[in-house]
Amino acid sequence: MITLLDTLVQGLLLGGLYTLTALGLSLAFGVMRLVNVAHGDFMVLGAYFALVIMQTLGLHPLLSLLIVLPGMAVAGYLAQRFVLDRTLGRDILPPLLVTFGFSIIVQSALLEVFSADSRRLDAGDLVTASFNVFGDFYVGWFPLLITVLAVAMVAAMQWLFARTRIGRAFRAVSDDQEIAQLMGIDHKHVFALALAVASACVGLAGVLFGMSTTFDPAIGPAHLIYAFEAVIIGGMGSFWGTFVGGVLLGTMQAIGFRVDPGWGVLFGHAAFLLVLLFRPSGLFPRTRDQ
Amino acid sequence: MSLLSTHRLTAFYGDFQALFGIDFSLAAGEVVAIIGANGAGKSTFLRTVAGLNRAPRDAVVFDGQPIGGLAPSTIVKLGLALVPEGRRLFPSLTVEENLLIGANPGRAGPWNLASVCRLFPILKERRRSAATALSGGQQQMVAIARALMSNPRVLLCDELSLGLAPLVIRDIYATLPKVREHGAAIVIVEQDIGQAMRVADRVYCLQEGRVSLTGQPQELTRAQVSSAYFGV
Repeated sequence: MITLLDTLVQGLLLGGLYTLTALGLSLAFGVMRLVNVAHGDFMVLGAYFALVIMQTLGLHPLLSLLIVLPGMAVAGYLAQRFVLDRTLGRDILPPLLVTFGFSIIVQSALLEVFSADSRRLDAGDLVTASFNVFGDFYVGWFPLLITVLAVAMVAAMQWLFARTRIGRAFRAVSDDQEIAQLMGIDHKHVFALALAVASACVGLAGVLFGMSTTFDPAIGPAHLIYAFEAVIIGGMGSFWGTFVGGVLLGTMQAIGFRVDPGWGVLFGHAAFLLVLLFRPSGLFPRTRDQ
Repeated sequence: MSLLSTHRLTAFYGDFQALFGIDFSLAAGEVVAIIGANGAGKSTFLRTVAGLNRAPRDAVVFDGQPIGGLAPSTIVKLGLALVPEGRRLFPSLTVEENLLIGANPGRAGPWNLASVCRLFPILKERRRSAATALSGGQQQMVAIARALMSNPRVLLCDELSLGLAPLVIRDIYATLPKVREHGAAIVIVEQDIGQAMRVADRVYCLQEGRVSLTGQPQELTRAQVSSAYFGV
């Protein structure tokens, strides 16, 4: 019983990290129909960004977020405004190719600067501390923090989209870019803001990931797949759907790891395939296509 | 002096030329109708004036300022609003949100949420509904109100009657004098010749991207209009 409970809780907590990783991808696709192949590499970039700040300024990784988040947001804004904006249109191939190019560039640059050695963001006892729930059942504080942050971020994104002027602009531009311009909306600026927010989200995910486990320049694409799976399971354009997708993915992986240490990832992929087979639009799809 | 004018305005869709040197003028407070058969270039004309199709810089002049080539988001802030063909409301937004986003250009004037709801009372009743859950006529009202929320000096209306029942069309057109009273000049593109001729101070007829006839409705004969419309 404790084993089952522990497995489910670990899955939920793992799902929190997947949610944070996937949130930016969900936002970019929801607003711009942009499939960002470099998303996983942006997460790794966030981790390395924090590493540099820690090494140069001596800050705790959580404090490094004060610089990482705005830095990643600016990078995302500029990337969209000056590069990706030229690729957006009816054809999905150009943005795919360009973001694939970003992926290669980011991986290569990180490899060149930092080598292939695995790194970790040293957060001291925070990462290993746990508390006793009952009996032999313990929960780690840090995974719990990540999941709480994930829920908070999803709620914040939902609020941003549903209750704010910029959220209205995001939805309008997503619905009908041409008519949004007739409302005085600079759609290029709105797209760039969307990628800025997405980049800040993935930067947050990168720092938390880097605190949880080791990272190196090549691990981005694997996490891109997990992020995609979470978004697709949850349904395109739905932030709470992305959370459900992340938790489902994390839980299935946790169950798989428990069955056999080599089966964790496989169980996650199996869950994804089942959703694709029986509900290809995802559990809570929101994105409409004209 | 014209509030809005075009000088030898051309428009292209790729290599296909849709407008061939259109000269047009609209005075402040005037209602001008543009009629013509399908494919005559009426909607293209409005889209080009609104900035959705690229125009040469001096080909479109608004309040003495050349606006050709400006982005649509800039043109609407100057005071030119388009009610697009087919309504094209934002499906992710409620009625109220569609109206609020129309106020985005931030121009001061008589139109706000309260005043557009007085013009179209149904909007207040249905303000929390998804915009696309409304009937065609109600959606047209939302589209007009959304454009008014930017407090335009010129309202460009593209095929207001498209797909609507005659009674609904009558109700919608009945609101246009109130829009005019509040200071907006109006350009109406219509396939319904009778409706256009009833409301307009002047009429332009387009045929194959060219102006084939212009004048005041009361001065134009049926034969003249028919000839200009159909090109026979």
